[in-house]
Amino acid sequence: MSAPQTNPTATRITYREACKQALREALLADSRVFLMGEDIGRYGGCYAVTKGLLKEFGEERIRDTPLSESAFVGAGVGAAMAGMRPIVEIMTVNFSLLALDQILNNAVTIPHMSGGQFAIPLVIRMATGGGRRVAAQHSRSLEGWYAHIPGLRILTPATVEDARFMLKGALADPNPVIIFEHVMLYNMESDLSSDVTEVDIARAMTHRPGRDVSLITYGGSLSKALQAADALAADGIEAEVIDLRVLRPLDTKAILESVSKTRRCVIIDEGWRSGSISAEIGMRIVEEAFFELDAPLRRVCSREVPIPYAAHLEDACLPQTATIVAAARELVRPT
Amino acid sequence: MTSKVHLDHAHLLHLLKAMIRIRRFEAKCVELYQAQEILGFLHLYDGEEAVSVGVIEALTPQDAIIATYREHGQALARGVDPGCLMAEMMGKLNGCCRGRGGSMHFFDRSHRFYGGNAIVGGGLPLALGVALADKMQGRSSVTACFFGEGAVDEGEFHETLNLAKLWRLPILFVCENNRYSMGMAVERAEADIDFVHKASGYRIAGEKVDGMDVVAVESAAKNAVDRVRSDSEPYFLECQTYRFRAHSMFDAQLYRSKDEVEEWRKKGPILRFRTWLEANRLIKAEELSTIEEAVEKEIAAAVAFAAAGGLEPVSEIDRFVTMEAIPS
Ligand SMILES: Cc1ncc(C[n+]2csc(CCOP(=O)(O)OP(=O)(O)O)c2C)c(N)n1
Repeated sequence: MSAPQTNPTATRITYREACKQALREALLADSRVFLMGEDIGRYGGCYAVTKGLLKEFGEERIRDTPLSESAFVGAGVGAAMAGMRPIVEIMTVNFSLLALDQILNNAVTIPHMSGGQFAIPLVIRMATGGGRRVAAQHSRSLEGWYAHIPGLRILTPATVEDARFMLKGALADPNPVIIFEHVMLYNMESDLSSDVTEVDIARAMTHRPGRDVSLITYGGSLSKALQAADALAADGIEAEVIDLRVLRPLDTKAILESVSKTRRCVIIDEGWRSGSISAEIGMRIVEEAFFELDAPLRRVCSREVPIPYAAHLEDACLPQTATIVAAARELVRPT
Repeated sequence: MTSKVHLDHAHLLHLLKAMIRIRRFEAKCVELYQAQEILGFLHLYDGEEAVSVGVIEALTPQDAIIATYREHGQALARGVDPGCLMAEMMGKLNGCCRGRGGSMHFFDRSHRFYGGNAIVGGGLPLALGVALADKMQGRSSVTACFFGEGAVDEGEFHETLNLAKLWRLPILFVCENNRYSMGMAVERAEADIDFVHKASGYRIAGEKVDGMDVVAVESAAKNAVDRVRSDSEPYFLECQTYRFRAHSMFDAQLYRSKDEVEEWRKKGPILRFRTWLEANRLIKAEELSTIEEAVEKEIAAAVAFAAAGGLEPVSEIDRFVTMEAIPS
């Protein structure tokens, strides 16, 4: 944490550890910051993100809550209105449905409806996504739903660096921010350079440049898209991989620039296809860059079923490297 | 510990005036609604005036209030300017929320008025947060959280009471039991109509109070607020009252008889208090007419203020969807 700026060294840490360091830094930096959520204290967090924080910061600031999603998210909204900087953890997006009233009807509505009298500087973190063989009620990807809502900022850290630094930006935002951490990323390890101390929370990022096709994705699908790009490269197809990072407000400019260059695009989204963020991205491309396209748009999304438990069935439902490769290849070299 | 209500003359007249102000304000709302100057949903407070007047009398300016969509009485009792409330309902820029919220959504930061809320039960969790923030920042404020008895059926009520007790938050829960949630009579909605008993299920102390008696409400609220503040513990007041008018402006009132309403009108908080003052020679006829005239003037001024207001330019409609800074 206190490594000198002048001599950058990289440490290898997990995404989980990066999330924790971000929380710790926030708690140290501002006495108004506190954490609330189910089993974040003694248990250490259902994904062990908050492990150890109770011991360091005490029960006032690391608040274990009962199973009352609506009440503790609403408490976060109220506390933010009255001068605090709460960070609320909802175990997973699946359970956030019980708090949707507070998020939609209060957190994003009150600033506008009160004529700007109140800001709601609230950060909500939750795990999202499938792949852990935990069946339909624990495997949803609803970040696209949340991205539908004006007034929210939706962040989807897909890298250790973003997991480490997006929180800082989120806390500096005077508006409610939801951070979606994909469940399959917590164990991911990566080098974190000590000369990076912040990231923006506004723009998409190009992870790999390419001229033949854009692979536009976010969150848990980024690593699959990068693997797909490797496979395509072996075939002589240069794919450009864009990590959206922020689902709302969307970095439309980055999307259009990439597509205008490659003229072909596959959108990879773990949400369901119908009425999804992938549909929104596709529509923006059609509205703004229709004549730049050399091929129809393609999407790789989750199959429109409740995600099943059995491994072979779950795998068949989620976006996979092979399906991304096939979609991209079909666009570049139609059979 | 108990704070005595000062039954001095000036205070009694003040209570009467506060209730008459609400009653006249609501009557003016009806007129403006019929003239289509006020649109949408309009939930009036006639019959329930003693509740907000009595409770809010017990609060200090540092205390916070959370209310429902039936919140004209709370806002007025809190001292929010009637002009900007009227302007809000007329959709004007000089309304308390620039005309964006209307009747159901009065907010006033300077009075720590955290809003009318049109989701039944939706305000309760906010009370937790406001009280928690006050407590964590070392303020000795109390949050008064108003809700109808219908909200007790929502999960948010139960989640909130449990957490309030668990975290020892300084919240005064004020259940305005007016016997109906829309057309649903309380006996038809509750397995147990004893709300204080329900609160006791969360080990929150409370009491029932005659919500048609402003002095009784004030006295109960003063004790309750003292207790909440000194113990940093929630407390539950069930104010038993009655809504004289329809639920909103679209309600044929098929669920209750005219006779029932008439019976309750006879027990109305203003009529009852005034009669009591007169019987005890605590008010002179001139004093009553002075109050009535003053209120008439206030309301007329409020309407004039609202009528003179302009409209928010449509070009500003995106403002505050996201905030650029945190207002201080
Ligand atoms: C969650 C929710 N459900 C339903 C409604 C529709 N509704 C508005 S007011 C109301 C009755 C509420 O009654 P109560 O809480 O007793 O308050 P009162 O209107 O009597 O003051 C209902 C059902 C709503 N606004 N919110």
